[in-house]
Amino acid sequence: MKPASFAYHAPASAKEAVELLAELGDGAKVIAGGQSLIPMLALRLAAFEHLIDLRDVPGVRGISGRGGAVFGGAVFGGAVFGGAVWIGAGTTQAAIGRSALVAAKVPLLARATPLIGHFQIRNRGTIGGSLAHAEAAAEYPAVALTLDAVIETMSPRGERAIPASEFFTGIWSTALEPDELLTGVVFRVRAGRAGFAIEEFSRRPGDFAVAGAAIAIELDDTNEPSPSNLLDPKNPQNTPNLQDSPEPQDPPKPRDPWDARVSRCAIGLFGLGPTPLRASAVEANLIGSLAGDLTAAARAREIGQAAVAGLDSVPSDLHGPAAYRKRVGAALVATAWLRAIREALGEEAEAANG
Amino acid sequence: MADIGVEIRVNGRVRRARVEPRLTLVDFLRERCQLTGTHVGCEHGVCGACTVLLTPADAEADADESGREGPHGQAVRSCLVFAVQADGGEVTTIEGIAGRPAQPEAGQLSVVQAAFREHHALQCGFCTPGFVISVTAFLRDQPDPTDAQIRDALSGNLCRCTGYQGILAAVRAAADNLRADNLRADNLRAAGAQDDSRQSTIQPTQETR
Repeated sequence: MKPASFAYHAPASAKEAVELLAELGDGAKVIAGGQSLIPMLALRLAAFEHLIDLRDVPGVRGISGRGGAVFGGAVFGGAVFGGAVWIGAGTTQAAIGRSALVAAKVPLLARATPLIGHFQIRNRGTIGGSLAHAEAAAEYPAVALTLDAVIETMSPRGERAIPASEFFTGIWSTALEPDELLTGVVFRVRAGRAGFAIEEFSRRPGDFAVAGAAIAIELDDTNEPSPSNLLDPKNPQNTPNLQDSPEPQDPPKPRDPWDARVSRCAIGLFGLGPTPLRASAVEANLIGSLAGDLTAAARAREIGQAAVAGLDSVPSDLHGPAAYRKRVGAALVATAWLRAIREALGEEAEAANG
Repeated sequence: MADIGVEIRVNGRVRRARVEPRLTLVDFLRERCQLTGTHVGCEHGVCGACTVLLTPADAEADADESGREGPHGQAVRSCLVFAVQADGGEVTTIEGIAGRPAQPEAGQLSVVQAAFREHHALQCGFCTPGFVISVTAFLRDQPDPTDAQIRDALSGNLCRCTGYQGILAAVRAAADNLRADNLRADNLRAAGAQDDSRQSTIQPTQETR
């Protein structure tokens, strides 16, 4: 027993929890799985007079789909065609790893999960704890940032929805107010052709990453026929138009699916700064590019090098100096990029089926 | 700080105590329950020596659909759980892995324990309880693992003296033996389901939990 003494509270509702937070102030800390907090308490890196356990708080656990174009429209900046997936803050990493809904709808999150700690840690650790702890080398904060997730919170003043891009403010620091409770996370579901990959390097399995990269790529199918709607006779593009077409006898020429362009892409970096980061400038340059031009290993290496080129506060420690971390980061971005773009183009599926 | 009353079912027996909130589950098990088989190593979640099986009070009903015998609960670091967090829950420690006194197989090593002995998977034994618990949970959830999956599952437990080759061999052997046992049990159950007269011969083993 190494932690300093504290008083323990197990409120029965989120409202009660945030009232306690407001009343107890800086001396109080929320505990869920405790897999980051308890080591810090045991090492006396942190000490709190009060711990507020979420174990009895209903409504902050579970995984559910939120369909339609309505929910999250405001925070996601427009219609959400593929719907969204809500994950309660107290949901364990193990439950997320087992979820068929997450695997199908938020594949990047599913693929990141086995990289967290060890299975014994994932049985207790929660997504809300991981985000609120905001370790810069951790997987879930980087995935939330890469997927433009929205973090839902509650305080005595009401509820807030915070975009991940505004949530991580510094080393182990977030936009959460002292009396604010993280209640859930919403991930937009990518409709259409998309590819996702996460890569990290750590000295031993389960350690925090020396560096890591998460990639999400979406291809624009709205202007480019995909192989599936080429075969659909109801697709107007497949019906020769006698009046407009000079050569109506020609069947429509199947377009190469590789003609698709990158409509959105996100390059997330972790372990390479005080917070998880996005290589926004590189992303902006890639949007609109032909996806088929981005599948060569040499091109992926360029993307990797560009993604880490502008980093100016890469940590240096006994696991590696900043220059080494940047080289590792560039290589991981390149590897993840190739996997993601090939998945978006359907290559990975073909390889798996073939 | 005020002590808090907890009630935790440990290896089938309800244990009640008043504890300081900062008392970790591993210290509760060792000092309040005198179950010193669970070892304290690093006390911050790295070494895995304190691994136990925990079913928290708030766990969703995690019914084992196979109907097979065996400890339930999830493998967790008992140094990273406060005893107050486990209140109302159920814990299985290394002492609860072998056949319990009331069972027909009382005192018999579990399949995983027997494999560890047979394959020299321990030397000083300090890490062994954690390994046995982790492997018990892992093989329950992943009965037919690849070598890569076994290595990944073992990565959360540190052994500083035998090296890991014996442990790997033990896990492979335990997986084979457990699958054979489960197949036998399934066949027996299937036979019993077809023949009501044989049902009675199976029931005692199903009640042993």
